[in-house]
Amino acid sequence: MADSVSATTAPSKTLLFPGDPLRPPDTYVDVRTQELQINMGPQHPSTHGVLRLAIWVDGEIVTRADPDIGYLHRCAEKIGESVSCIQYVPYTDRYDYLAAMNNNLGYCLAVEKVAEVEVPERAQYIRTIAVELNRIASHLVAIGTYGLDLGAFTPFFYAFREREEILRLLEWICGARLTYNFIRIGGVMRDTPAGWIEDIRKFLDLFETRLDEFNDLLTHNHIFVGRTANVGVLSIEDAVRYGLTGPNLRGSGLRYDLRREQPYLLYDRFTFDIPVGTGIKGTVGDCWDRYWVRLLEMRESVRIVRQAIDQLPTGGEIMAKNVRHLAFKSKAGEGYLGIENPRGELGYYLISDGGANSYRSRIRAPSFCNLSILESMLPGTMLADAVAIIGSIDIVLGEVDR
Amino acid sequence: MDSLVPFLENAWGWATGSAFTFSMILSVLAVVAFISVWAMFAVWLERKASADFQVRLGPNRVGGRFGLLQTLADGLKLAFKEDLIPRDADKFLFAIAPAIAFCGAFAAFAVLPFTPAVNAVDINLGVFFVVAVTAIGVIGVLMAGWSSNNKWSLYGAMREAAQLISYEIPSALALMVPVLVTGSLNLKEIVGFQCLPSDGVLDHEGLIYFSNHGWLAFYSPWTFVAFIVYYIASLAECKRAPFDLPEAESELVSGFHTEYSGMRFSFFFLEEYGMMFIVSAVAALVFLGGWQPLPWVSLNMGGPIGNLFFLGVFLAKSVFLLWVQIWLRWTLPRMRVDQVMVMGYKYLIPISLVALLMMAVYEYWGVRYLPGLF
Repeated sequence: MADSVSATTAPSKTLLFPGDPLRPPDTYVDVRTQELQINMGPQHPSTHGVLRLAIWVDGEIVTRADPDIGYLHRCAEKIGESVSCIQYVPYTDRYDYLAAMNNNLGYCLAVEKVAEVEVPERAQYIRTIAVELNRIASHLVAIGTYGLDLGAFTPFFYAFREREEILRLLEWICGARLTYNFIRIGGVMRDTPAGWIEDIRKFLDLFETRLDEFNDLLTHNHIFVGRTANVGVLSIEDAVRYGLTGPNLRGSGLRYDLRREQPYLLYDRFTFDIPVGTGIKGTVGDCWDRYWVRLLEMRESVRIVRQAIDQLPTGGEIMAKNVRHLAFKSKAGEGYLGIENPRGELGYYLISDGGANSYRSRIRAPSFCNLSILESMLPGTMLADAVAIIGSIDIVLGEVDR
Repeated sequence: MDSLVPFLENAWGWATGSAFTFSMILSVLAVVAFISVWAMFAVWLERKASADFQVRLGPNRVGGRFGLLQTLADGLKLAFKEDLIPRDADKFLFAIAPAIAFCGAFAAFAVLPFTPAVNAVDINLGVFFVVAVTAIGVIGVLMAGWSSNNKWSLYGAMREAAQLISYEIPSALALMVPVLVTGSLNLKEIVGFQCLPSDGVLDHEGLIYFSNHGWLAFYSPWTFVAFIVYYIASLAECKRAPFDLPEAESELVSGFHTEYSGMRFSFFFLEEYGMMFIVSAVAALVFLGGWQPLPWVSLNMGGPIGNLFFLGVFLAKSVFLLWVQIWLRWTLPRMRVDQVMVMGYKYLIPISLVALLMMAVYEYWGVRYLPGLF
């Protein structure tokens, strides 16, 4: 490459350029390749935000990769200690901004657990519908941008077309498209507007056919399969060892979903499957499996939303009685609650000393843990595969850096 | 040009030298104008087609409701942009690289016959010239990647060099199949072969006559194979998806032209669209009967009207092939660099070699479709 001329007698791997005083005078020069260190990100099209990777490449092969995070650090956990619990809910929107509903939910559930708040049933159903719709939207972004990473532009637009519908539905109920602040401590912000449920039903019917369209366009595309099958294979052992959760873990074949393992909300009332990677196109735990798990999860979310709509009680409270005021104070105590975010286990660990603020608020961000696998997965892959792997891990940097 | 020079000499009494210079400048200007207008149209087509594929509207403000002048507006924007050269770039190479890249695509237009009467020069090595000259572009791309002093650019340039050299072989081999059939490297003669009258009478009186040979793509199974191989290889030569590795934006940011801006960038752009036209035009001329609208049935037309009609047919075929390129680009994901090489060396080259060999055998036996049957 640029500096491919080096002296053969040069000690170890240090390069002595012609004219370098350290260079022995009588050495013949040969041409050899040299490892190239390149800086990928934070402004790179396929690092999904501001992830920076220092990668060492030998030709097209990545030999080492160092993820460098922190470009989006906003002191999220500290803010959680300096504002009151109620005020902190909108901040949670900003971590995993593609799944803001889920973030709201995780935090509210954790506070409710510590403060021992009983949430009305109708609010729980509305929460489930909102969260599952949000999960579909988040997965749509994940697989749409995954196509983008692999050079397929068109599926991205199809995914965003569907996402737009979901955003419309969510905007209808809470007025925001990305940072909802809809799920509040003790319930939800407002009741379902008239016509909302019917529109969801219409959307779900349409969406299932659109998913088949998506399969034709991208999932079974020969080139796409060639790019993702057998690429970035992640064994269950590695996935567990690195603390991976969510579709990445299930893609490796472990049937672990917090909605089933530790049911929160009303998930024990719904029937739904937990898709896992089975290595249809290649090896279990390859990029295609992770992609496929996300796709199947959208179908399961559709099933859950349908059941939630059918079971939704007519009338009833949407807010717990004892938190409907700004001077909310938690009980003293501590608690951890993990929920199944689209990207994995999103956990909130809260300690309360009985005041309005939590004494300590700690977030277990799934993207952060999932990201840690990159360092061990990338070496030995090609540069193009590295992009495919980063995309298949599906990180959101707002959540990684917090 | 070959007809213009004698015309100027005889009718207007010009000296040979000035007639030659004048007609040369005229041809060059015509080609430049054509490439610019063509690129504008191709970009517009690409935008509209991709918008259609992607459930969007595409440009619809500048130049009427179909956004016909959007490309012109963007071109003006590019022309007025600051010409930025990175501090650590090799300034000389950086500056001339777009020109060299553009040269290849530009020079190939010289031998393209647009109609029986309209082409800049009519040389007997037309096919060879196109193959040789379009390969110059890779030098410009390599220079661009190297001189930018950017590792992503270098990556793009290296990929481009590897890809272009690999795909030059199958595309040239595939072009050899029709050359073998027609026995000529002259693009005009290759088209002439495809509309050669069946009865051997060269100057037909009527408008319509039948031509036994038909388009070369349907001449024999092996020419059809050659057509497909040529089309795929030409996609790779134009750096079009699924072979757009040199500028793979999700991997290499923007590949070899990451550091380019303004007019220099637009030259790379022009080169790409020029190349797209050339490969489509060569495919249309060599395999799809050039300016003849139908296979096996040829039209006997001349004069301005006939030439205009033929020009329209030829451009329509080229646009169709270009549209297929666009269609593929917005449908398929990108291949990986090793898959591209595997495709070139393990599939396209052997297939084109087999097609060439079998075509030679068929020609020796004097059969076109199946031995013993046709």
